[in-house]
Amino acid sequence: MQTPGDFDLSRRGVLAGGAASIAAVTIVPTEPAAARSKPAPAPPAAKVAFEVNGTRRELELDTRTSLLDALREHLHLTGTKKGCDHGQCGACTVIVDGRRINSCLSLAVMHDGDKITTIEGLGTPDKMHAMQTAFVEHDGYQCGYCTPGQICSAVAVLDEIKAGIPSHVTADLTAPPQVTALELRERMSGNICRCGAYSNIIDAISDVAGVKA
Amino acid sequence: MKSFTYERVDTPAAATAAFARSKDARFIAGGTNLLDLMKLEIETPAHLIDVSRLALDKIEATTAGGLRIGAMVRNTDLASDERVRRDYGLLSRALVAGASGQLRNKATTAGNLLQRTRCPYFYDTNQPCNKRQPGSGCAAIGGFSRLHAVIGASEACIATHPSDMAVAMRALDATIETVDAAGKERTIAIADFYRAPGKTPHLETALAPGELVTAVTLPKPVGGTHVYHKVRDRASYAFALIAVGAIVQRDGSGRVALGGVGYKPWRVEAAEAELPRGAKAVTAKLLAGAKPSHENAYKLPLVERTLAGVLAQARG
Repeated sequence: MQTPGDFDLSRRGVLAGGAASIAAVTIVPTEPAAARSKPAPAPPAAKVAFEVNGTRRELELDTRTSLLDALREHLHLTGTKKGCDHGQCGACTVIVDGRRINSCLSLAVMHDGDKITTIEGLGTPDKMHAMQTAFVEHDGYQCGYCTPGQICSAVAVLDEIKAGIPSHVTADLTAPPQVTALELRERMSGNICRCGAYSNIIDAISDVAGVKA
Repeated sequence: MKSFTYERVDTPAAATAAFARSKDARFIAGGTNLLDLMKLEIETPAHLIDVSRLALDKIEATTAGGLRIGAMVRNTDLASDERVRRDYGLLSRALVAGASGQLRNKATTAGNLLQRTRCPYFYDTNQPCNKRQPGSGCAAIGGFSRLHAVIGASEACIATHPSDMAVAMRALDATIETVDAAGKERTIAIADFYRAPGKTPHLETALAPGELVTAVTLPKPVGGTHVYHKVRDRASYAFALIAVGAIVQRDGSGRVALGGVGYKPWRVEAAEAELPRGAKAVTAKLLAGAKPSHENAYKLPLVERTLAGVLAQARG
């Protein structure tokens, strides 16, 4: 894979090599130009091992690699999508150790030993997760780009309500939160859908939770 | 993003020692703000010290009857803690009013306090910004300042502090515990934690370089009715235009802190004596000396009216 970082470095190497060639020609014509250009140092890398969808994966990565890029570009799990790459859209949502996070705002090297679940790990075309089936049944998408993030988020949302985690719209902080359309809408606000499939997404999640939207 | 070296540490002492021997180092925990800024090359550390797995992830009762919240406690866990929900409802309410579920699962207590402004001119590297590049000027002054500070700002910077959690922490009189590379520990009252922008808006807190936040401590519960009302451009997942956090007692006394108006959560204890006289009297003292721009002058009446609503809600 060629990252933007790789490109910068190789371009810099070419430029440095070019400058050295000119210097070699004009000042020391007897020395081969190539011998004078030094390759740019490789960017710092680090090893990381984590479990993705039940399989142990070991990688050596440029430290800058986000968890999102590790999944997509290195492990070729392209179900997880890159939308804004700044934690604003939720397309990159995956579940790490049982919690949904924005994989774009997390360094892969910080996930050593973690258990990561992506959309590919929730279900397969032959054996879909209940949330995937519900999204299909309720037409919870149009273009589908935000859908893997929406589904990972939705699965985690129902777990969060079950675990008693309050939200902005929970009326009584000391009582267990309920699965209501209002709660689902608030809790899903970190997942943006430009097609505007929101109402069908809420229908799909409500269906899985066994409540009326 | 600029390249950087990375190491993970297991103890606060190892973290501060790593900082002391590195050049251009930063601590990273949740990373939700720092990585965002690194992608834009607003933050360009040469070395990252991963403190996310320090054993500072507990919420413990203190002998004074309060709570000691480890620096690495995630925002979700803090908002969900049974004691916080019962005794410090304002804190729980403020936390769930901020960010998204995904971000709250990563963001830490210390990181939330230390998050940087969302001033659009700070984020836009084509614009001058004294906070991002000291001495370059401030594009927000005279620019689109609808979101900016109305009080406590300077001629160098009119940015606001974006945290909701910090507003609750201020109303609750939290103290911040730190340790430095020499192993020296100290506590800082949250009232003294944020530095006024003055001529040096790039210096934001009382922390020395390499000083690590280890915990935030809350005094024993003060009772009362806790209300956090955040006003924003959309119903969820947006930073505050203004926010009012209040704790109101049965006798009408109480505490009020504001978000979205200044470089720190804004609280003036003397203004709270006006609570029996209502929102207008409180706001007049709380925002005395405010210097809004044409574009953010709306924040003054918005604070007053939001506070009136909060007081009505608190008094049932």
